[in-house]
Amino acid sequence: MAKKTVFSGKVEFVQVLDKDGKADKTLLPKLSKEELKQLYRWMVFARIADEKCLKLQRAGRIGTFAQILGQEAQVGVALALKKNDWLVPSFRENALIWALGAKAEDIYQLFGGFEKGQQFSGLNILPISVPVGTHPLHAVGIAWAFKLRNEKKVVATFFGDGATSEGDFHEALNFASVFQVPCVFFCQNNQYAISVPRKKQSHAQTLAQKGLAYGMDGIQVDGNDVLAVYRVARTAIEKARFGGGPTLVELVTYRMADHTTADDATKYRTKTEVEYWKKRDPILRMQHYLKTKRLWTEKWEDTLGIQIRSQIEKSVQIYEALSQPQVGEMFDFLFEKKTPELEQQKNKLQNWKNQEEGKV
Amino acid sequence: MTQMNMIQALNSALFHALEKDSSVLLLGEDVGLNGGVFRVTEGLQKKFGEKKVIDTPLSESGIVGSSIGLAIAGFKPVAEIQFSGFIYPAFDQLISHAARMRNRTRGKYSCPLVVRTPCSGGVRALEHHSESTESIFIHTPGLKVVMPSTPNDAKGLLLSAIFDPDPVIFFEPMKLYRQLKQEVKEDFFEIPLGKAKIVKPGEHVSMVSFGTMVPQCIKALELLDKKGISAELIDLRSLSPLDFETIQDSVHKTGRLAIVHEAPRTLGLGAEIAATIAERNVLDLEAPITRITGFDTIMPYYRLENDFIPSSERIAFEVEKIVRF
Ligand SMILES: Cc1ncc(C[n+]2csc(CCOP(=O)(O)OP(=O)(O)O)c2C)c(N)n1
Repeated sequence: MAKKTVFSGKVEFVQVLDKDGKADKTLLPKLSKEELKQLYRWMVFARIADEKCLKLQRAGRIGTFAQILGQEAQVGVALALKKNDWLVPSFRENALIWALGAKAEDIYQLFGGFEKGQQFSGLNILPISVPVGTHPLHAVGIAWAFKLRNEKKVVATFFGDGATSEGDFHEALNFASVFQVPCVFFCQNNQYAISVPRKKQSHAQTLAQKGLAYGMDGIQVDGNDVLAVYRVARTAIEKARFGGGPTLVELVTYRMADHTTADDATKYRTKTEVEYWKKRDPILRMQHYLKTKRLWTEKWEDTLGIQIRSQIEKSVQIYEALSQPQVGEMFDFLFEKKTPELEQQKNKLQNWKNQEEGKV
Repeated sequence: MTQMNMIQALNSALFHALEKDSSVLLLGEDVGLNGGVFRVTEGLQKKFGEKKVIDTPLSESGIVGSSIGLAIAGFKPVAEIQFSGFIYPAFDQLISHAARMRNRTRGKYSCPLVVRTPCSGGVRALEHHSESTESIFIHTPGLKVVMPSTPNDAKGLLLSAIFDPDPVIFFEPMKLYRQLKQEVKEDFFEIPLGKAKIVKPGEHVSMVSFGTMVPQCIKALELLDKKGISAELIDLRSLSPLDFETIQDSVHKTGRLAIVHEAPRTLGLGAEIAATIAERNVLDLEAPITRITGFDTIMPYYRLENDFIPSSERIAFEVEKIVRF
C-alpha cells in the first residue's frame, strides 16, 4: 500500500460540574467532605487575597500586579500534588501557590518590589517566572533529576495560552517526552495573551493537541470546574509518578480581570463575552455543588469570609511593616562569594547613601 | 508644529512611514487592536489595516526571524519587542542572521528592519522590565543602535532607522515616554543616525549621556551651575555608529570627560568611550575620565531601583570631583 494513515490522535474534553454545578456522577472524583470543602476554601481565599492585592496596587502599596480572578479552579492541582512534588509556575498561579501553603504576604512582597517574596519558604515552588514560556524547561530538568535518582516525585508546571507560541515551550515538551520525565504541563488557556485572543495565538483547534505531536497525551479540561481540574491533574500526576511520562493538560478558563493593573481589557473584548464567562464562575459552580451535598450554608460562607479576611488583614500588616531593603542587598546574592569589585561598588553605594542621609 | 510626548512622536513617525512607503509593516505582540501596551501604535491598525499593522503570536524569535525574511523579500518590517527584557528569544535571529546577512552574502541580501523596544528603569515595573541592555547590541557588529531622549529626536531618528538599509535596534526609554512634551513637526522628517547633539554648551567639563540619563544630567547641570561649574552636555542619540567626533571636539575644549549611563558599568558604552578618548585626546585631558553608571549587579526589584540608577545628585557629585581634580 502506497498510502496509509500513520498517525491519528484524539483530544478529550473533561467536565465534571456543568456550568450550574450539576455533577456528572460517572466522572466525580473520590473526595472526602473535608477535601471538597478545602477546594472551596482555597478558591475563596484566593479570590479575597487577590482582590486585596488589587486594592494595595491601586493605593500605590505594591507595583504592577497580575490578577488571577476567574482562574481560581487551578487550586484543584494543589490537592493532586503530594508534599514532595514541585511546582514551577508562571505569574498567574497565585491561587495555587497560596493553596500549597504560601502566605498571602509572600505574594504581596514579590509584587511589592521585594525579591524575598520569591522564596516561598518551606515549599517546593520555583520563583514566579516573568519571561513567558521559559520556565517549563526548568520543570523538565527537575523532573529529570527525580527520574535519574529514582525518586517518585512529580513536577507540575504552569503557563498561559500565549506561552505555547514560544520556542522554549516546544523544547520543553520534546525533552520531557524524549526522556519520559515525570512532569505535567498545565496550560491555563484563559483565552487571551494580553489583547491577543486564543484564536490568533494558534491555528490549532486545541492547545492540548500540541502534546500529541511530541508523543505525549494531551487533554482538555473545563478549567473553571475545580473537580475536573483535580480529576485530570491527579490522573496525569500519578501516571507521571509511576513512569508513565508527561502529559499536556489544557485548562480552558477565562481571565476575568485586566491582564495586569497596567492593562485595560475593555479595549479588546466585549462585555457580552465577559458576562458569558461570569456565568461560569468556578466558585459559584462549586458552591452549587456543595449545596446539593449539604456541605454549604450561608452561615458557613459568612464564617469563612470573616476568617479569611482577618487572616489576610494580618498578612497585609506584616507586609506593611516590612522596612525598605538595605541598598547593599543588591550586591549580596549575585554569587555565593562577592567579588572584590562588587565589594567596592557596594561600599561606594553605601557611602553615597550615608552621605545623602547625613545631608538631610 | 504640535506639542507631542515621545509616544505621540513615535506614533507620528510610524504613521508617516506607513503612509510614505507601502513596504513598511508593523508587527509585534499587541501592536494592532490594542495599539501596543504603551499605545505607541495606537490607531494605526485602524488606519492601515490588519495586513500592515499585525498582531503576532507571542514569539519574539518568530517576530524577528520572520521579519528577516520579510526584509530580504523587500519589505521594511518595524518589529516591536514589548520590553527589551524579552528580546532574548530573538537573540539568535538578531545576532546570527540579521546582523550578518549583508556581510555573509557580500551584499546580495540585506536586512532593512527595525526592532523597536522599550528599555531602562525608573517606572516601578516587574522583574525584566527595567534593564538597559544596549551594550550587548552595540557589541554586535552589523547592528545599528539608537536611543533617543526627546520626542523630536525619537520621531526623526525612528524615520531614519526605518529607511536605513540595515538592521537597527531602536531603544525607547519607558520613563521618558510621557515625561516631556515638546514642539514636534507634524510632517515627515529625518534626523541622521550617527550624529550626537550638544544639549548645552559648556567650558569646564564634557558630559556624555543618552536615554533616561539625559534629563538627570540636565538637572545635574543646574546643581553644577550653582557651584560655578559650566558643563557641556552631549546626548549621543545614536549609540552605534557612535559620533566620536563630537565627543573629541568637546573634550579638546574642556579637557575633562564624564560619561553617564544607566546600564551596568562593566563593558557599558562608557568603557568604550573612555578608552577611545584616552587614545585620541590624551594631550587634552586634565583629569581622569569618570563614568557614572548603574552597578555591576542585576537591576533590583523596584524598591531599590532608584539606588541603582544614577541620580542627578550622584552625577553632579562625581562630575565636580573631576573638575576639582
Ligand atoms: C518572553 C516574553 N515576551 C513578552 C512578555 C510580555 N508579556 C507578559 S504576559 C504576556 C501575555 C502572556 O499571555 P499568556 O501566556 O496567555 O498568559 P496570561 O497572561 O494570559 O496568563 C506578555 C506578552 C513576557 N513577559 N515575556
